[in-house]
Amino acid sequence: MVRRSPITNMFAGSPVAPLQEHISKAHEAVKKLEPFFVAVIAKDYEQAAVLEREIHRLEVEADDLKHSLRIQLPNSLFMPMPRERILDIVLNQDRLANKAKEVAGYVSGRQMSVPDEIADLLIELVKQSIASSRQAKKIVNELDELVEVGFRGREVSSVEEMINDLDDIEYGADKLGTQINNALFVIEKNLDPIDAVFLYRVIQNVGEVADIAQRVGARLELLLAR
Amino acid sequence: MDILVANSTILIGMAVVFGLFMAWGIGANDVANAMGTSVGSGALTFKQAVIIAAIFECAGAVLAGGEVTKTIRKGIVDVSSLGSTPELLVYGMLASLLAAGIWLLVATRMGWPVSTTHSIVGAIVGFGAVGIGMEAVQWVKVGTIAMSWVTSPLMAGAIGFALFRSIQKLIIDTEDPLEKAKKYVPYYIFMVGFIMAMVTLLKGLKHVGVKLPFDQNMMYATLIGVVVALIGTVMIKRLKFTKKEDKKFHFANMEKIFGVLMIFTAIAMAFAHGSNDVANAIGPVAAVYGIVSSAGEVAAKSATPIWILVLGGGGIVLGLATYGHKVIATVGSGISELTPSRGFAATLAAATTVVVASGTGLPISTTHTLVGAVIGVGLARGIGALNIGVIQKIFLSWIITLPAGAILSILFFFFFKGAFS
Repeated sequence: MVRRSPITNMFAGSPVAPLQEHISKAHEAVKKLEPFFVAVIAKDYEQAAVLEREIHRLEVEADDLKHSLRIQLPNSLFMPMPRERILDIVLNQDRLANKAKEVAGYVSGRQMSVPDEIADLLIELVKQSIASSRQAKKIVNELDELVEVGFRGREVSSVEEMINDLDDIEYGADKLGTQINNALFVIEKNLDPIDAVFLYRVIQNVGEVADIAQRVGARLELLLAR
Repeated sequence: MDILVANSTILIGMAVVFGLFMAWGIGANDVANAMGTSVGSGALTFKQAVIIAAIFECAGAVLAGGEVTKTIRKGIVDVSSLGSTPELLVYGMLASLLAAGIWLLVATRMGWPVSTTHSIVGAIVGFGAVGIGMEAVQWVKVGTIAMSWVTSPLMAGAIGFALFRSIQKLIIDTEDPLEKAKKYVPYYIFMVGFIMAMVTLLKGLKHVGVKLPFDQNMMYATLIGVVVALIGTVMIKRLKFTKKEDKKFHFANMEKIFGVLMIFTAIAMAFAHGSNDVANAIGPVAAVYGIVSSAGEVAAKSATPIWILVLGGGGIVLGLATYGHKVIATVGSGISELTPSRGFAATLAAATTVVVASGTGLPISTTHTLVGAVIGVGLARGIGALNIGVIQKIFLSWIITLPAGAILSILFFFFFKGAFS
């Protein structure tokens, strides 16, 4: 006759660990964009397709984590982090993976070729976007420390600094985006018009990954404000 | 009167059996709530928790359980109003034990978070008001007890909040939390030892025949506090810290020190729980024994015999050994998200509240007090997430438990009355 203890019932799932697990998964998907674009630039479309499928798989796994996290957050939870903000953060984390999947999907599907003039810059931009996503992950990984300190003091300032760094990285991605757009503009007349349009779209979407990562950081910053 | 003399053995025998059953139930189920936070936070292995519980529940029951036992025994029903019919109190106390025991069995089956304390108090008030008469119940005292059920979780919550904020300020939010923890944790250990010793010396020991002047109490309590703080310091010195663990979670090494502190708070909790909850089982036994052994003399003065306190302590250990260890494991694994620093703040807050209540003679619910303490820490933004739906359940269980205990005990009261006369 085990009595269900009210003490046990109280500790119903902190969202911290699931949130961290989720962004790890999303970041894994984003990380795959680098080998993916390397393969595309080398015109190794077989390898690109393999990587595209992997990104897709990771995105699905992230989706599953998102769903189980949402179910785990009933209304009667009392948290130092408001429920809506947690849901907002997980939504943005999920968009990281979605965006990676979207880009990989049409680039692989159309077997796009990247002109040599912008190839290096594109890899540079991909790396910068991955760096933003990595920084966002690093910030989310500070959440258990934030709970430990009770969202006060030193730890809060150090997380704020990390968020500032994320903003800088995103700004770098923005600048690279402009640079590569200009480079593409110079050569666009020589390209097939549809290919050119899609190349602009690739640049935009890869840049958006950095945007979304920044948004994850911004949502986390809201948790720090009292 | 003749009834009591003729049936003395069977009446005392029944009281002992029922009391033992209640104590067994407390050991089997309630102890797990008191010890769960220590196991869940990883400060104690589950085996250590069982050993600590066995020793200190028993010690709490014998050394500091006297005051609450007195309340259950003669504080709720006015024994002087019985006059020539002392056997009514005997029937009533037997009925209360049986009623509370059965109600707890039912509630356990249904998974309701009912409190042993509330069941027994409801039962005693029930038979007193209906079986003996409205005027026999000391309503002022009952009112105080009911008030304490609300104030004890609030008080524990406030202490929990304050304790957590103090470690936040002194230790967690500093340049070097590990060093600060080494520095300040022994003081907290001193506090644990001092509070427990002080309350026991002031209020508990007189029931085992020891009474000291205040300044001597103060001295002994300080001495005990210093001794446990020294033991704690040695334990902290023997800990091993590695940089590697702090990589993944920056506070891993600091939490190890709180793990040591948690061992002492777990001991305090077991002691406090024993001092308060044992009375639920043995208060009625003591009442029955007191009346029957003096052949109807409703002695208002007689102290609770130590063998009855030991009986209660023994029953709790028995429940722990036969069944409670499983429940501790279940509760402990269910709250693995609690780190030792929070576990410490919540447990010490609850233990302090409970032991103060024990000293004042107020029977309160240890579990509900602990719930209040945990919420207090949560309010300081110290816990990732709490399901406070549990508060609603506790409220509901209050509303059902009091009438249920009362009705059952009234039924059994008239049954015993009919059976023996």
